[in-house]
Amino acid sequence: MSSDVLSTTVGGVLSTAVVDAELPLDDPRALAALSLIWREARLLDAKRYEEWDTLWAEGGEYVVPIDPETTDFAGSLNLMYDNDRMRRMRIERLTGGLSISATAAARTVRSVSRFTVAARDESEDSIEICSAQVVVGYKRGETFVLAADLTHRIAFAGDGPRIVRKIVRLINSEDAVTASGFLL
Amino acid sequence: MTVSPEVPDIAALVEDDRVAGTLYTGPELFELEMDRIFHRTWVWVAHESEIAKAGDFKTAWVGRRPVIVSRDRRGGINVLLNRCRHRGASVCDVPKGNGNGFTCPYHAWSYALDGTLRGIPYPEGYENVTEKKDLPLQRLKVGTYAGMIFASFNDEIEPLEDFLGGARLWIDRFMKQGAGFPIKVQGEHKFRFQGNWKIQLENTTDWYHFPIVHRSWMSSVDAETASMLSIMTDESAVTHALGNGHSVSVSVAEHVDLDVDDGSEKLQDRFSHVIEELSKDLPPERVRRIVRSLHGAGFNLNLFPNVAMSMSFFRVLRPISVAETEIRHVALGLDGGPEIVNRERLRIHEHFQGPFGFGSPDDAEAWNRVQRGVTGGADMPILVNRGLGREKPNDLGQPTSHATDETGMREAYAMWKRMMTDVK
Ligand code: FES
Ligand SMILES: [Fe+2]
Repeated sequence: MSSDVLSTTVGGVLSTAVVDAELPLDDPRALAALSLIWREARLLDAKRYEEWDTLWAEGGEYVVPIDPETTDFAGSLNLMYDNDRMRRMRIERLTGGLSISATAAARTVRSVSRFTVAARDESEDSIEICSAQVVVGYKRGETFVLAADLTHRIAFAGDGPRIVRKIVRLINSEDAVTASGFLL
Repeated sequence: MTVSPEVPDIAALVEDDRVAGTLYTGPELFELEMDRIFHRTWVWVAHESEIAKAGDFKTAWVGRRPVIVSRDRRGGINVLLNRCRHRGASVCDVPKGNGNGFTCPYHAWSYALDGTLRGIPYPEGYENVTEKKDLPLQRLKVGTYAGMIFASFNDEIEPLEDFLGGARLWIDRFMKQGAGFPIKVQGEHKFRFQGNWKIQLENTTDWYHFPIVHRSWMSSVDAETASMLSIMTDESAVTHALGNGHSVSVSVAEHVDLDVDDGSEKLQDRFSHVIEELSKDLPPERVRRIVRSLHGAGFNLNLFPNVAMSMSFFRVLRPISVAETEIRHVALGLDGGPEIVNRERLRIHEHFQGPFGFGSPDDAEAWNRVQRGVTGGADMPILVNRGLGREKPNDLGQPTSHATDETGMREAYAMWKRMMTDVK
């Protein structure tokens, strides 16, 4: 691959730091990752959570931190910090009909854009993409906006791209975030 | 103070078994509540662990007034109005930090951690006009109990210990979840709902809603955890009215006093990894004591008007307007305790609390619905009569009923009425 791509790989671990890098449009893996992220956005808006689950690699980590700087998710309080088990229970909660807030969930339309490749590891079996997400939600006569920086790490091992880690940094994570019954 | 003409006869709004729907919707009542309740009584502002070191500070609210809670160099705790004495700018704009004091960003008047005005730039213009000693940040009265910091704008207020009264025993019991370690704040979830603050005030000792609203959470936890909360049919799940608006509602009777252990309780399988890790360094009794406390205390304690100590967290309410309230769910851990225990507590907290938890969003949905529904029937009362027929005094003379009964709400509304009609 071209040498101008910034690699922040340290000992095989990808850094989550946001770095400025171009989106290499000639890299098929970057493009595959992008289509996955776009597809994910569509599935989340449509609340097709079971299908959304198939985008994840086994052992995937899904985090919505509160502290805007932290990378120590296990040692901090987060809005969400899901492993496979928690993510699947969450899907069950959102689709199972037992939760009054999920039943009355806001409708959403989200855009994901401003993509950059933050990192690729040497063997190129994973890629980390940063992006901006704007979610417009509507519930009971009110329209609201949530904005977040996303970091997706997408792995290509096995049968196609899968999410191994998704970090959603809401711009208002430290302030009051109102529950609206959908996923980011 | 006289009651303005738009305000109905306040005493008539609260009866023993019901309250008027306008308690959630009247903007003029809300204004009076700020004056007569929030700006007059003891309001919870922080836990001592949040300002552990000299120079530590955090911002908070007393009613609708912004304050700073700080630890000065001598270890003293100060609660200061976050308003510059010059032309009124807020002097501190960050939620927490550590520093030597506060410098107003407008004309750089600088204040010490205890609010003393230390410096005025270019002081020449103030010669013979102003003395620095006359212009400290406004200081509130401060009281602490068991690490809980309360503040009041009312200089004549009764001592905090008297105000807490019958709740003190339960505060002491709540802190036992530290299993010998002091309690510390580990972070907080913050969210808002479109509804009056008293809807939340009622909720903390309302076990009646729990198995209904939290069905989704119940189905996500293991059977042991769910059955621990089989409140509806548990005779030992009781509520006591503690006086001064405070109440407590027991959910897990065997965890009321965590120091008491008859050995009959099996430790939950879900904590086997914690037990294994702790057992490397600690004797079995110690491990057992810590693990039995992981879900917190076996009760919810509601302190009028703005803080609850609920199982393993603090729940703090802040009235924003008559129909909007901010809630903070403060996660607690063991100060100096085993890291694996504190992490487990964080995960338990994330599972239920906050805007993406498996519990809080359903509570918020129910509270929003109360506000929407109540607006539709302004002349219909809110009922708080559940269990009135089976309420009896306990040994301490405290009205006592089943945990699903509305004894706690009746206690809170009696205090509301007392404070709202006391206009001296
Ligand atoms: S308003 Fe604070 S220094 Fe002028
Ligand atoms: Fe609840």
